[in-house]
Amino acid sequence: MDHALGSEQLDKIDNILQTDLMALSVHCVVLLDMAGNIIADLDNGKAKFDVYSLAALAAGNFGAVSTMAQMIGEEEILLLFHKGKKENIYFSKILTDFLLITIFGHDLSLGFIRLKVAEASEKIEKILGA
Amino acid sequence: MAFVNFKKQEVQIKIVYYGPGRGGKTSNLEYIFRKFKEHILTELVTIKTQGDRTLFFDFLPFDMGKIAGYAVKVQLYTVPGQAMYNSTRQLVLKGVDGVVFVADSLEAMRKKNFESLKNLQDNLKLHKKSIFKTPFVLQYNKRDLAEQGIPLLSIESLEKDLNSQLKVPSFEASALKGTNVLATLKKIIVLTVSTIEDQLK
Repeated sequence: MDHALGSEQLDKIDNILQTDLMALSVHCVVLLDMAGNIIADLDNGKAKFDVYSLAALAAGNFGAVSTMAQMIGEEEILLLFHKGKKENIYFSKILTDFLLITIFGHDLSLGFIRLKVAEASEKIEKILGA
Repeated sequence: MAFVNFKKQEVQIKIVYYGPGRGGKTSNLEYIFRKFKEHILTELVTIKTQGDRTLFFDFLPFDMGKIAGYAVKVQLYTVPGQAMYNSTRQLVLKGVDGVVFVADSLEAMRKKNFESLKNLQDNLKLHKKSIFKTPFVLQYNKRDLAEQGIPLLSIESLEKDLNSQLKVPSFEASALKGTNVLATLKKIIVLTVSTIEDQLK
């Protein structure tokens, strides 16, 4: 098997996402690998989109931006932010193969999200890297 | 790189439709989507240019039921066939579990088929995968055009060009009419799942 995570690891990841991000009233968090596979996803119960399609597009989007970065001589892009009228999407790379997407509204500031995502990412890195 | 979620008892597999531009990769997914629309709970995701060509990829996820107690989520992708989009093809191939190569049966496309297959082999190598060890199905598309008197490559010629070394299952198909589209899909799913099935038990 190329890629598998046990129940215990997944429980820990869910707990981190719940405590560090969902508890802030973000709308949705998705942890995925760069192939577009979903590792964990939580939402506030109001999400009406297909999370598998979102993950596929997010992996493609981040991959495209990373390739653009290499073309201009940048080694890697670590984060990406899309601002919408109602919803914002924040992408953060974890280790080399994982991506954390946080979808949040304008009631939360980008700076605060960046701080909390960085904290959560650090904890998740320890689980995924173990 | 199939992802197995032991907590949700779920496995996600990624199947990529590859081949030369305008060969019928997107048409395969569109037919599958039309056929199973009532059972697929999402839309077919497409990223196209204004000229209706695939720019990035098409994406169609669906549930396939359970194998060894695990819910299997199949994720179908296409790549853009045009030569200039190679970096995009490399991205989409990341983590691929199975490949359907959609060859264009038009006589004029012989060279393009061969180039695309070679390109696939090179791009799989970038992901440290061998074309000979990846679950693989060949589809010879547009066979219906023979009825209109359009010159097509013979099956013998396509087999010799594309399948003499691979020796993988191949299907004569018409993605527009749906001929053998589902047979192709079924075959690649069976081949892909069988490579990971032992590890699920």
